[in-house]
Amino acid sequence: MSFLIKTKKKLSRFLKVFFRKRRARIGIYGPPNAGKTTLANRIVRDWTGDAMGPVSEIPHETRRARRKENITITGMNGNSVDIDIVDTPGVTTKIDYKEFMEYGLEKDEAVKRAREATEGVAEAMHWLREDIDGVIYMLDSTLDPFLQVNIMMVGIIESRKLPVIIVANKIDLPDASPGRIKSAFPQHPVVPISSLEGSNVEQLYEQMADYFG
Amino acid sequence: MQGIQIDLISEERLSSLTSMEKIRLILDDVKQGNIVVLEKGLAPEEASRLIEVTMMEISPDGFSGIEMETYPAKEGGAGLAGLLSRISGKRPGSRLTVIGPANQIRMLRKDKDLISAWVSSR
Repeated sequence: MSFLIKTKKKLSRFLKVFFRKRRARIGIYGPPNAGKTTLANRIVRDWTGDAMGPVSEIPHETRRARRKENITITGMNGNSVDIDIVDTPGVTTKIDYKEFMEYGLEKDEAVKRAREATEGVAEAMHWLREDIDGVIYMLDSTLDPFLQVNIMMVGIIESRKLPVIIVANKIDLPDASPGRIKSAFPQHPVVPISSLEGSNVEQLYEQMADYFG
Repeated sequence: MQGIQIDLISEERLSSLTSMEKIRLILDDVKQGNIVVLEKGLAPEEASRLIEVTMMEISPDGFSGIEMETYPAKEGGAGLAGLLSRISGKRPGSRLTVIGPANQIRMLRKDKDLISAWVSSR
């Protein structure tokens, strides 16, 4: 009898390991200073009580992709999803260290930041090709969404057939126009939020649970 | 004679190259200060690689990256051809694309049928 119980337990463990669904890795992508790390911090704080990384008004504060594992997000409708959140460096096609000097950085520090930022962008693109299962594409809703880098990135995400939610961030600012983002990307769900103030993040959580679950 | 070289690369020439050859052709040209106009744009996977390789080649006081603009992809179109492309899930191809060194070219305006760029000599 005990042999049968032991065998059953072993089989059960084997099946759990064998058929366990890997947690989806959700990458937060977007141009520099769109508020990616602010959102990553909010998600991680809301669902685990922890933090993800520092934020700054100087572009490219995040220069390495950071992953926070095992976050369970539950929407208002009760649906939930287990994910890993990957906060990525802002994607761009150009980086000039002199732009960082305009924020008061010394040349050596600006050159170092630029070098790390270029490595970070390359790393973010590599993650997107190899290790990401879904994307939150983050845009500053006070800016023009039709920038080439946004069109290119959404095209790359679509070509990889990854589910994508577009977040129109910074709706707390007077110039915010989330409608412009909706008209730029009508093929994808667009959620307007303020990741800084936390307004409307519940709608994003519900959308994530439905879309990435 | 001082000036800016503009290389217009035909669809035929591009289609004969591998992805990495295309990226190399573009970056080698742009790093010399030239403007490259592609008759047909890059595939999303090639665009992804172009961003990655561009980042790896940026250097202080040297190459600072690229500025790039392309026309929006055409929708599937009307009629039977458009219907078939939508049913088959075939994505519309990318179109004419302008690429230049970030420190020399500024895109001024882009519409669905017009790209205006301002180019400075080094």
